[in-house]
Amino acid sequence: MRTANKNVSAVRLVEDALKKAKEFADYNIFTYLNEKGALEKAREIDEKIAKGEEVGRLAGVPYALKDNFLSPEGETTASAHILQGFESPITATAVAKLEKEGAIMIGRTNLDAFAHGSSTENSYFGPTLNAYDKERVAGGSSGGSAVAVALDIVEFATGTDTGGSIRQPASFNGVYGLKPTYGCISRYGVVAMASSTDCIGFFTKSTEDMNLLMEVASGKDSKDLTTLDDYYNNIEEKEAKKVGIIKEFDNDSVDPEIREALKNKCELLRSKGYEIIELEMPALKYALAAYYIIVPAEVASNLSRYDGVRYGFRSEDSKDLNKLYANTRSEGYMPENKRRIMIGNFVLSSGFYDAYFLKAAKVRTLIVKEYEKAFESCDFLLTPVAPNPAFKLGEKVNDPVAMYLEDLMSVSLNLAGVPGLAIPAGKTKAGLPIGLQLVGPRRSDKNLIEFANVLKEDA
Amino acid sequence: MEINCETIEHLADLSNFSVSTEESKALEKDLGEILKYISQLEAVDVEGVEPTYQVFEMENVWREDEILPQEALREDLLALTKEQKDNQIKVPKVL
Repeated sequence: MRTANKNVSAVRLVEDALKKAKEFADYNIFTYLNEKGALEKAREIDEKIAKGEEVGRLAGVPYALKDNFLSPEGETTASAHILQGFESPITATAVAKLEKEGAIMIGRTNLDAFAHGSSTENSYFGPTLNAYDKERVAGGSSGGSAVAVALDIVEFATGTDTGGSIRQPASFNGVYGLKPTYGCISRYGVVAMASSTDCIGFFTKSTEDMNLLMEVASGKDSKDLTTLDDYYNNIEEKEAKKVGIIKEFDNDSVDPEIREALKNKCELLRSKGYEIIELEMPALKYALAAYYIIVPAEVASNLSRYDGVRYGFRSEDSKDLNKLYANTRSEGYMPENKRRIMIGNFVLSSGFYDAYFLKAAKVRTLIVKEYEKAFESCDFLLTPVAPNPAFKLGEKVNDPVAMYLEDLMSVSLNLAGVPGLAIPAGKTKAGLPIGLQLVGPRRSDKNLIEFANVLKEDA
Repeated sequence: MEINCETIEHLADLSNFSVSTEESKALEKDLGEILKYISQLEAVDVEGVEPTYQVFEMENVWREDEILPQEALREDLLALTKEQKDNQIKVPKVL
């Protein structure tokens, strides 16, 4: 990525990014543009450069921040009405790490409210449009971030991935999108969705940029007790030989052009001397159902904190405290937020817990074991990200189950905690990007990113 | 399990939502379909399988019991609320 130096100033990089952000305003990418703050930071960096002082590895690099990362610049709303007006007094660890290296946030990006969705249509601010076709969805939930990178407004953008929210929009917009190993990057200061599957990650235009960002952002954080030790930079390099294809993800339910792209990449790998093996992972068929029990349960718990009392939106004229809670929550949440909270409370409620939540937790064990077994016989897995390329706006928004099916091939990674990297894999005849995902064992993030180079078109 | 208007009312109560009749009808349909989808887990045999609730290699993390400096000040936090009085958050009557 381009960093600021004596010849190219940070102010210039930031001004260019802001100008592009405005040019592409009709895509509805940003919920907030950080014009003043970004330019101030850029000037500081330029002064340091002029004085010959040390500037970080991301000096002057403009980036976009998914609007569920807390920082004092602008309101952090998670694209939800209920958080409107919330100006965070704290900064997420991931943001602090990026800014310490000199990265400059030029804007906050649109998402499905509270990251509930696969198209960014569930945003209180309306949908973000696809970078390649304005009649189609950006994917989601990190739709704004994916499109900001795809349209070359910024060098990189942050995302969160609870069940595919980085990888699917990355694949819909032809950029790289990484969901790291669970616990790799601190979640301190990021709006919680489902605590046992939430991951922080990035959108980039190259594998090199992805590696750099991971070097900067990963590592143990005393403010997030679910962060792993600093393994990212210390992982042993391993030469990959075998790549697995999952039989359950290569059938008629997947768009033929995506299957063709997968086949082509397998041919490419074979021509480079890698062995392709076909694996059966029957428990993955049930991953989506297990996910849509476990995640709503955690959502119901995590979203119970929003009540209009301490911060954000508060419904007016409620005559007592209970009415205030109920009115605030009813007016402040999007329909999909409500569906997930209610399903979550259903699967956790007395009489249904064993049949739903406990059962799903047991199915999760089967999924974890299936991945462990798969990585005994291959180094990485290669699968589609989603069953189809970007779909039309409005096509699935009123059919929750059809929208959930978008996540069919992405959620099992979150349930197992393994990393997945969405890589660009050509385009459909209609010109829409196709993405595939590389999946590795836990803690293999660095090798996964490195291996993606083997799959590059011109490599 | 059938989702009907009583179930919606119960779930709305558990979730702290007030739901209009129109919204209740839509939720009945949507939640019914979601429930039908997730109920496919009935077919999975999990006899003898232990549940997984988290995929972090969890261990207790200990630290000294000491007060550490906080990033946000009391005033900053109180400033986020809609109404405050005497350094306290003001809400409508409780009882």
